[in-house]
Amino acid sequence: MALISSTHSISRYHVDGKIDGSIIEEIQNGLIKNAIPEIENEYDEISAGWVPVESPYTPDFKKFSFQFGTYFVFSLRIDKKSIPQKLIQKYMTIEIEKKKQNSAREFISKNEKSEIKEQVIDILMHKIPSVPNIYDVLWDYEANNMYLYTTQKAANELFETLFLKSFNLKAIRLFPYTIIEKKSDLSAAKKDRVLSLAPVKYSR
Amino acid sequence: MLDIATAYNKYKFLGNDFLTWIWFLIETDQNISDLINSKEVIRLEVGNSIVLENTLGDKSKEKISIKGDQAGLEEGTTALKKGAFVTHINLICKINEDEYRFSMAGESMNITGLKTPKTDLSKNEDQIEGVILEKSSFCFKIFEVIDTLFLKYIDKRTSDDWNHKGFSELKKWIESY
Repeated sequence: MALISSTHSISRYHVDGKIDGSIIEEIQNGLIKNAIPEIENEYDEISAGWVPVESPYTPDFKKFSFQFGTYFVFSLRIDKKSIPQKLIQKYMTIEIEKKKQNSAREFISKNEKSEIKEQVIDILMHKIPSVPNIYDVLWDYEANNMYLYTTQKAANELFETLFLKSFNLKAIRLFPYTIIEKKSDLSAAKKDRVLSLAPVKYSR
Repeated sequence: MLDIATAYNKYKFLGNDFLTWIWFLIETDQNISDLINSKEVIRLEVGNSIVLENTLGDKSKEKISIKGDQAGLEEGTTALKKGAFVTHINLICKINEDEYRFSMAGESMNITGLKTPKTDLSKNEDQIEGVILEKSSFCFKIFEVIDTLFLKYIDKRTSDDWNHKGFSELKKWIESY
């Protein structure tokens, strides 16, 4: 669990808007509807969904809590299949040799090689298991703050998409401009002034 | 509000400029607690790395990494004089008796490698909620310090006296090396 590990890498979000109706119920529904499927789909190269922070491999949000103090805490699990290049190369060589023997030819065309490659990738993709990666999420609902315990771009993008789909709320990444826009009490005049700033140059 | 991707790219320099300012605050021994009106005793130190970047005439980039526990100040300020800016900094933040170590990227303001103070609670199932709450409160403290400092910097940058006060102080510091 990244949240309680000895080191953390964190990207932050501002959550735009509030949930209509019962907050806890709606969040639980969003988590359940978009939980990662328990049975792996052998055709998916990548699949992503929510899991309880205490039980990342049995995504049961009725059994495991997602409320810790005043925060909502859960995890994003991303399962990804990745086939080592050397494995593709191995099976391609075997299949090319088979094709040569069956057709009694010395060479096979570029197009045929491409077809073989596609078939090899397709077969391996079905056989190979997904590798799971788990990223913890802490949602301070009252303060409209969200913390994702990773700074990996691909995980951030999947998180933003899944969050919007699950709760119909937009998670806005916090970086210099959005911190000023969403988290400051600077006057409107000062905010306007920010827009005309340019990088400081200390060179002569 | 601007489009998010546009805003990120157009104003990422604010984060880089902010890191240079943090470095200046540390080297000129400024009182961080007073600066952000905090009742807690907050001290910042440069940790084991500073990364600077310089855009060269042909639009290529030069990256200057200064690493080691005594990260060389002179090399960095020389790069600043040549037009470079700080893109990453490793910091040690002491809040009262607690010590935090982390690296921060200017453009995203992401925190990586954050080491928080040790917790006395165990990671057993019955204490997991307590550990989560304590660990997250440590992280929030760091973000509070960083955000307050950043907004203080923006307040100064957008003040009428920035050019003849804030900017000239920074320039004087850089030129003193």
